[in-house]
Amino acid sequence: MPAVLIENVHKSFGAVEVLKGVSLSVESGQVVAIIGRSGSGKSTLLRCVNGLEACQSGRIEVAGHVLDQDQKKLRELRKDVGIVFQSYNLFPHLTAGENIMLAPRLAKGLGGPELRRMAEEVLAKVGLSEKFDAYPDNLSGGQQQRVAIARSLAMQPKVMLFDEVTSALDPELTGEVLVVMEDLAKAGMTMLLVTHEMNFARNVADVTVFMHQGRIWESGPSADLFAAPKTPELQAFLSAGVH
Amino acid sequence: MATFGWPEMLFIFRSAGWTLLLTLVAFSIGGVVGAALAIMRLSPSRVLRAIASTYILVIQSIPVLMVLFMSYYGLSLFGIGLPPFLAASASLAIYASAYLAEIWRGSIESVPFQQWEASSSLALTRPQQYRYIILPQAVRISLPPTVGFLVQLVKNTSIVSVVGFVELSRAGTLVSNATFLPFQVFSLVAAIYFTICFPLSRLSRHLEKVMNAGRPH
Amino acid sequence: MKFTLNFDPIWPEIDAILEGILLTIGLSAGAIILGSMLAVLLVALKSLAGRWVGLLVDAYVELMRNTPFLIQLFMIFFGLPLLGIRMSGTQAGLLAMTMNLGAYAAEIIRAGVESTHRSQLEAGVSLALTRLQVFRYVVLKPALAKVWPALTSQFVLMMLASSICSFISVAELSGVAAIIESRTFRSFEIYIIVTLTYLVMALALKSFLLALGKRLFPNLSGVARINARGSAV
Ligand SMILES: Nc1ncnc2c1ncn2[C@@H]1O[C@H](COP(=O)(O)OP(=O)(O)OP(=O)(O)O)[C@@H](O)[C@H]1O
Ligand SMILES: [Mg+2]
Repeated sequence: MPAVLIENVHKSFGAVEVLKGVSLSVESGQVVAIIGRSGSGKSTLLRCVNGLEACQSGRIEVAGHVLDQDQKKLRELRKDVGIVFQSYNLFPHLTAGENIMLAPRLAKGLGGPELRRMAEEVLAKVGLSEKFDAYPDNLSGGQQQRVAIARSLAMQPKVMLFDEVTSALDPELTGEVLVVMEDLAKAGMTMLLVTHEMNFARNVADVTVFMHQGRIWESGPSADLFAAPKTPELQAFLSAGVH
Repeated sequence: MATFGWPEMLFIFRSAGWTLLLTLVAFSIGGVVGAALAIMRLSPSRVLRAIASTYILVIQSIPVLMVLFMSYYGLSLFGIGLPPFLAASASLAIYASAYLAEIWRGSIESVPFQQWEASSSLALTRPQQYRYIILPQAVRISLPPTVGFLVQLVKNTSIVSVVGFVELSRAGTLVSNATFLPFQVFSLVAAIYFTICFPLSRLSRHLEKVMNAGRPH
Repeated sequence: MKFTLNFDPIWPEIDAILEGILLTIGLSAGAIILGSMLAVLLVALKSLAGRWVGLLVDAYVELMRNTPFLIQLFMIFFGLPLLGIRMSGTQAGLLAMTMNLGAYAAEIIRAGVESTHRSQLEAGVSLALTRLQVFRYVVLKPALAKVWPALTSQFVLMMLASSICSFISVAELSGVAAIIESRTFRSFEIYIIVTLTYLVMALALKSFLLALGKRLFPNLSGVARINARGSAV
């Protein structure tokens, strides 16, 4: 069974239909990149997957949970599905360590030295062992984003969602975040990511999906898709170079 | 005719203590009610929102004096004869709750919505989100206006003599009537109010500056 | 204890209530107009006159903002006669309201003035306007437009605070209520009526002022609004 299964999802904001029947599946351990122009519905799709947006019709199944707007079921799903945002969204009043330990403690009932050890472990994974007691304000954007990734990892998710996690960063800081994500991919994490980093999609993602006007316009193994785009829209998108 | 001497001054100073106590009690009770109202204003339930906004709109659109009369006579209608201090605190608490609710709702709303999204994505329940994520940040934001409102509350305690309680202003009136020295007596009373309120006003403004200088969170 | 509301004894008093309403409106309108003029004067003094005048203005504003309206009213009504200045309760009430509102409105308008961009000032100066002209024509109007919603709240609060004038037996709405209460002993009933009247007046005054703001500052409605805080009493 696929780790993420999206079937014929429709989503409108008011009268504007943003997703016009999207279907997509991600196998366990697979990395799928979503690319496309601004406004094509990439973020909306990703946010539908963990229930931050409710879609009007269609079916979504993630990590064995059928998406349901019932709050209790939604929480169960979210324990297994991590999401990282473009704007990091760390909790500014908590240290990096506290940011990481909060949800495992509250949602999963973990605690004690075990929890702390786990937090140190995920922080080490993103290369920030020494920042356990630092507040977000005292971290660079790249460091904040890595803490945000660690915060999601601490829930030991089965699926990770990333929404343009490097777009808010200065070019010299994107590298350190992409390295972390590449390591995760190599370690076998199931990942669905929206990105404007074409090289990353080409080199790391198994499958790349091109969205256009609320539809999946073209998709395929990353190497093929980038080497030989079939639709004129994707050709134009890739050759424009400005994403 | 009495003179305006030490006993009279002492009486006035002691009444200032009642003003402070009244402020404290009204603020505490009003704060609890106000917090509940603020949460109601932000709840997903339309009914709760409507109840809270109507209450707030009404209290903010009538004189504090009327809040005092209404709660005093309203309660005594039902045979609840409150002692003056309780009547005064209860009425001022009702008044304070509406204003604090609005201040705090504003503070909660100014916590970026991404904080809600990030915490709900981490499987936190709504009460957990309030307790661990939203309120700690909202409290910080709310400090300057809350301290500012405290000044309004102190000043509004001056009219509770209508429900029979003797605090600073009433004490001033009593001494003034007895001594026929209104200018001196009310100058002293004003000076005491100023001594309480001015530092609070400055603190409020200072906190505001600190926050504005702070980082954009 | 059972209690039934009985409004019957109050109906004959309707005329008195209407007179009370009229006086409340009169006091509020007077205080809003005079208080606004005082406020503009204070702000102008603060930004145009010398340092000492500015400090005096500050002292006045702080004094007014940090003492209760009731005590200000008492000082004027009971204190001024000792200096040979005699006035009726209504006059004292109007004076106290004007002085109080002047201080609060000054603080609000000052926030608006301070947000006026330096470039606008320089543009005005380079047009060879005097400092007073710059204040009058360049600074004041956009400042008022920006803080109009805050001023509106303040004006409504002042109208509500006019009820405190009943402490010196001014027969505005609250004062009338006290008189009727002592005649009819229907305390709760009369205060229900008066409270509802205030509610309607406050909502009406607020809509009126907001509409007036759109009238006065038609092309500035999109200006970023400053919500200077403050509230009377
Ligand atoms: N909360 C919302 N309310 C109304 N419209 C929205 C909302 N969120 C997104 N939209 C609209 O939906 C469309 C798709 O938005 P979405 O954020 O999914 O695009 P995107 O592909 O992620 O673009 P970008 O690359 O700029 O992030 C856009 O036209 C956007 O304006
Ligand atoms: Mg997006």
